[in-house]
Amino acid sequence: MLSFIVTFIPRAIVQSVPLLLGCIGETLNEKSGSLNLGIPGIMYVGAISGVIGSFLYENSGGTFNPALGVLIPILTCMFGSLIMGLIFCLLTVTLRANQNVTGLAMTTFGVGFGNFFGGSIIKLTGSEVPSITLSITSKAFKTPLPFAGKAGVIGELLLSYSFMTYVAIIIAIVTSYVLNKTRTGLELRAVGENPATADAAGININRYKYFAICIGCMIAGLGGLFYVLDYANGVWSNDAFGDRGWLAIALVIFSIWRPNWAIWESILFGGLYILYLYIPTGTNFAMKEIYKMLPYIVTIIVLIAISLRNKHENQPPEALGLPYFREDR
Amino acid sequence: MQDSRTPAVSMRNITKTFGTIVANKGVNLDIYRGEILSLLGENGSGKTTLMNMLSGIYFPDEGEISIDGEPVVISSPKDAFDHGIGMIHQHFKLVNVFTAAQNIILGIDQDTENGKKIPGFSKLDVKNASKIIREICELYGFDVDPDQKVYDMSVSQKQTVEIVKVLYKGADILILDEPTAVLTPQETEKLFAVLRNMKAAGKTVVIITHKLHEVEAISDKVAILRKGEYIGTLITKETNAQEMTNMMVGHEVKLNIDRPEPHDVKPRIKVQGLTVRSEDGLLKLDDVSFTANTGEVLGIAGISGCGQKELLEAIAGLQPIEKGEIIYVEDDGRETNLAELSDMEIDAKGVSLAFVPEDRLGMGLVANMDLVDNMMLRSFRRKGSIAGFTDRKTPRALAEKVVDELEVMTPSLETPVRRLSGGNVQKVLVGREIAMDPTVLMSAYAVRGLDINASYTIYDLINQQKERGVAVIFVGEDLDVLLELSDRILVLCGGKVSGIVDGRTADKNEVGLLMTKLGGEAVG
Repeated sequence: MLSFIVTFIPRAIVQSVPLLLGCIGETLNEKSGSLNLGIPGIMYVGAISGVIGSFLYENSGGTFNPALGVLIPILTCMFGSLIMGLIFCLLTVTLRANQNVTGLAMTTFGVGFGNFFGGSIIKLTGSEVPSITLSITSKAFKTPLPFAGKAGVIGELLLSYSFMTYVAIIIAIVTSYVLNKTRTGLELRAVGENPATADAAGININRYKYFAICIGCMIAGLGGLFYVLDYANGVWSNDAFGDRGWLAIALVIFSIWRPNWAIWESILFGGLYILYLYIPTGTNFAMKEIYKMLPYIVTIIVLIAISLRNKHENQPPEALGLPYFREDR
Repeated sequence: MQDSRTPAVSMRNITKTFGTIVANKGVNLDIYRGEILSLLGENGSGKTTLMNMLSGIYFPDEGEISIDGEPVVISSPKDAFDHGIGMIHQHFKLVNVFTAAQNIILGIDQDTENGKKIPGFSKLDVKNASKIIREICELYGFDVDPDQKVYDMSVSQKQTVEIVKVLYKGADILILDEPTAVLTPQETEKLFAVLRNMKAAGKTVVIITHKLHEVEAISDKVAILRKGEYIGTLITKETNAQEMTNMMVGHEVKLNIDRPEPHDVKPRIKVQGLTVRSEDGLLKLDDVSFTANTGEVLGIAGISGCGQKELLEAIAGLQPIEKGEIIYVEDDGRETNLAELSDMEIDAKGVSLAFVPEDRLGMGLVANMDLVDNMMLRSFRRKGSIAGFTDRKTPRALAEKVVDELEVMTPSLETPVRRLSGGNVQKVLVGREIAMDPTVLMSAYAVRGLDINASYTIYDLINQQKERGVAVIFVGEDLDVLLELSDRILVLCGGKVSGIVDGRTADKNEVGLLMTKLGGEAVG
């Protein structure tokens, strides 16, 4: 049993990081009143942007500096997701386009964008398998904490992860703190709950929306980057990211818009997502697919539960999905 | 009117348009310190728009605003705060999931204690804010719990939070937009007491209203707007209701209501022993019997929630009936029991009931649909349209006719009705119902929230229907109006009929007593 926990829990945690980052990004979006269904596409663009940066650096010919090797993909990833965030802002905040339509279009676009450049790089390398491997960068990303190996089972469970895992948890805690304890957070939540009220209180609605959406998109993009360069050992192949982006959006509901809760719940989701690998189902593929549905079923149950309890604090932001225009009567 | 003092706020030649609608046109207004000014005007006369420009919600197309003689530009609510102007909006600007204190400190980036700026990412000091809130409450006599969530508050509590919010931000010019519309008479008295305290403390108060008795009760001066234009300012003590009404409406309005003699009176609807329970089993109507006659207005009086709504809905077939009969008598004497029929079946029988419900935008009209589509709601099932396709020509013609005859103010027939003001919404609804040539017209609180002019239009329409021989059932809340308009008045009390009196001979006291007579018994 212990050995199962020691192998399963770390896998679940590694699996959880992209979900957690995507969830924090989407929570920031939704707290500003923007239902950003473009998050899956944005995570995809984040991933490919990081891959491009890392590919160019690895193949630049010079000696590989691990610090730069980590920094460059992170910066290109954040830049790529920032551009996506800005497009979403421009369309939904400034031009007040429908958020659902814009978001879905951006997801379609992001996946296409990623696959196009992914495919191009695969062609450039002349690889025989349809994937690229950025093993040097990935190794730099996966450097464990220096003292992890010496702490036994506890070390294995808590300290054996790469730095981005801890960064993700810190981002979650900081986001929760900012949202709930600071003036900036209070004002951001006011924008998402009731923009007319926030406006009358002298809060710059569009500025808050732009910042929340763009920062949220950059955080979500890091989730995509983590998936390729950390979880997948630097192997990019088209469409491998799967439906993790949608799972991240489901996680926002499951965590009832609380990034600090999402830390635990992302691990649960991560565990459920890979549970089928650990339950012997043999060749029964139907059973496997049923296990894969678990995270979504849990989300639906949570949605039903929070709707039934009808507690005001657990509801989505009141103005979620609605455009705001001051002089609209 | 000349005044040697410098006005606290002076607005000059203010013009504001929304698309093709001119909301304000060349308005001049002076507001002086330590005074309570009423801004009086009918619905849609531009009172709220004018004040929204002071509070930074809208920006004027033309004109100048000066504060204490200095010209200023107010381009956002923040600018307004900086000039000490705070507005309490008719629709409260509060975040439901926040506490009172969180709502009050929202948007202030100054530490109010010592005026130093605090960075946005430092921890919020809600405790200190709560302390200041308690002090403000003590000073003016408010009752606010800083830690209470807004969704747990009553309307009057929310309004108090709004006022404290404005005071917390250091406003000394307060604008209240129809603050009494949602309050009970007792709460209104409390509010007025607080406003007088504020005036005594040297604050300037502007109160937007269309109720004359409030103008007389609270204000020092009254400024009158009509159709977006400034008409004049009067000293409240030196004027009277008739003068203010004439200025507000623009022509002589007689403040009494016509009551033509009923003719050709015969029973139309006979209600016998009607009993209705609400969904949770409470007795809403208890053994109600009466007759509504053709060519007669039957007024229904009662304290609100005494079964008025259930009675009208039961007749319209919208309310399940426990016991009793509703007999509809046709011109040739045939009788149908409506109690057994649903609203669709009643309609199919050719019984033409017109119903103007209390909840205009919930039950009466679809807020997001335009005038034509709302007209169509009543007619799309009628003959004349090819199966599966709707006929839009007839409803369009009807919408044009209603807009024309009832003087509905709307930018176009394609405007969603939610964008119209309350009086215009009611005109659209009544216009549509009357156009069906009903034999019975039922209306609940037909003039609630309407200004004088619109109210009288509605009374006229009701009288026209009465003269056509329609049986009118009119649920009202203003006893004076009921006594002037109705031929007979049925008084409901706790779901029972406590009396039916003659509208011509009854007096207010008699009806008032009947309204409360059975109060004890109904509870027990």
